[in-house]
Amino acid sequence: MEKKTLVLGVIGADVHAVGVSILNRAFLDAGFDVVNLGVMVSQEEFISAAIETGADAIMVSSLYGQGELDCRGLREKCDEAGLKGILLYVGGNIVIGKHEFSEVEQRFKAMGFDRAFPPGTDPQTTIDCLKEDFHLE
Amino acid sequence: MRPVLLIDFGSTYTKVTAVDLETEELLGTAQSWTTINTDIGEGLAKAVANLEAKTGPLNFEARYACSSAAGGLRMITSGLVPELTAEAAKQASLGAGAKIRGVYSFELTEDDIEDIDAEHPDIFLLTGGTDGGNKECILHNAKMLATCKTDFPIVIAGNRSVARTCAKKLEGREVHIVENVMPKFGALNIKPAQDKIREIFLKRIVEAKGYTKAQELIDNIAMPTPSAMMQAMQLLAEGCENEAGEHVSGIGDLVAVDVGGATTDIYSVCDGMPLAGMDTVFKGLPEPYIKRTVEGDIGMRYSIHGIEEAVGTGYIAQLSGIPEERCRELIDFLGKNTEVIPGGDNEAELEALDFALASGAIKTAVTRHAGRLEEFYTMNGLAYMQTGKDLRNIRQIIVTGGSLIHTKRTGKIASAALWDPQDPFSLKPKQAEVWVDRSYILAAMGLLSAYYPQTALKIMKKELKKDGYQE
Repeated sequence: MEKKTLVLGVIGADVHAVGVSILNRAFLDAGFDVVNLGVMVSQEEFISAAIETGADAIMVSSLYGQGELDCRGLREKCDEAGLKGILLYVGGNIVIGKHEFSEVEQRFKAMGFDRAFPPGTDPQTTIDCLKEDFHLE
Repeated sequence: MRPVLLIDFGSTYTKVTAVDLETEELLGTAQSWTTINTDIGEGLAKAVANLEAKTGPLNFEARYACSSAAGGLRMITSGLVPELTAEAAKQASLGAGAKIRGVYSFELTEDDIEDIDAEHPDIFLLTGGTDGGNKECILHNAKMLATCKTDFPIVIAGNRSVARTCAKKLEGREVHIVENVMPKFGALNIKPAQDKIREIFLKRIVEAKGYTKAQELIDNIAMPTPSAMMQAMQLLAEGCENEAGEHVSGIGDLVAVDVGGATTDIYSVCDGMPLAGMDTVFKGLPEPYIKRTVEGDIGMRYSIHGIEEAVGTGYIAQLSGIPEERCRELIDFLGKNTEVIPGGDNEAELEALDFALASGAIKTAVTRHAGRLEEFYTMNGLAYMQTGKDLRNIRQIIVTGGSLIHTKRTGKIASAALWDPQDPFSLKPKQAEVWVDRSYILAAMGLLSAYYPQTALKIMKKELKKDGYQE
């Protein structure tokens, strides 16, 4: 079975570099090919990287509260760029203020994300979800 | 005396340079028209006769040549994403000394194939996908290229998983498979493709029997002229080892500008990554250490209108002191009469105009070559994003090209390459010494450097004349 390729990065003007490094390590250890774009990644960069590397999923991290604005339109742009049906995940402090996470999750799903994760999610949870969505194991 | 002859077959002139290996000195230079339509040997013989008229008869122990005659090395490239593999393919070709006639991204269409046939390149560079990445695009493009009516060698430097399959689709054509120009996302690997391009260039030149009856002359052609220029710049920047194994120092990181009649070439030899101590994130492909860019719309005669469009007539009027209306007249005149150089009745006026045009050409071309910063306000305060090379710490600028070496105001013109407070985020050199290639020997020294680097370095250091320190 070919390795699945994940494009990973922190979206927008967000410079939080630690979380994304931890995720990079965790995904590599779990047997994925990871294209880590680091911090301050635009939607276009996620998409370009995914096209060139034939990626299977785009993993968006956001910690500074502007995630909802930054993520808007990403699914539509993926569709436009020919990445139809590519898996989109988002996680971190993706909205500002106190909200029920189920409500936040609904909002991101309505934007076309396959999964959204709240603050403090164990990387293993995300890895399990990836394996489920890729029908691995 | 141990004289060596260095030849540059240009599209207009055949330039010859003689050096003495014994004294490590320049003996002389001369030129004559390139005679591509009959036999390039004729133009060369005339150039050598002109040379020997100055130096006396010379018994050359070796002859080396570079060539940009017959249109130079014309290439077309294709990749997948414009700023990724398509950009990597472009970088690879420019660095191999090619003249780029087209850069395609995504899937080639039937119209594209017609255009490629019409252009009939010397070499096509086919790329797309990282290793193990996207396969569909390069496979599609190989299939499309197979329908071309014209024949040209194709270098495949894309996703290795399908390199063989691409070659099969192109059966019956000359195909070469080399390592991917972008094996991993964001990693540039352009040398294998460049080596192959150069190998094909040399073979094709040798096969181009129409060039000359004197086969041994052709055997001496070692590289395309822009490659010779790049080798000269690398040697001048880095220095080399002498026989005793000691390092002879160069002049350090540099920017070189070559303003021609049709194009303006810029070279930089430096790392160019973000300077330490700043909150700067680098974006985009890593930059080649020796980078070459070619501005096809910026040149002193054939592309004179491109300069005017880029900087505006107002800029040219202000620098030259000639009214805008008259500038427009003169620019139209020079665009049609490309052979005119300052002289005769209106020498002062043309000289002033060329001064302004050359400044505009350098300003535009170096700004396009240099990287840029963008400001970002983040939760943690101000941050910067850098794309392209940071040239601010470069302290040496080399200038060549007729419009620059035949004027007394070279230093002033070269200052157009410097950092400009009105455009502070363009990462151009903050201050620099200007070195002028007055005897027009840089390509020749690049050629010589392949065989006698120490001699080439010594002659360059002696012959390049400093023209002030610009701040």
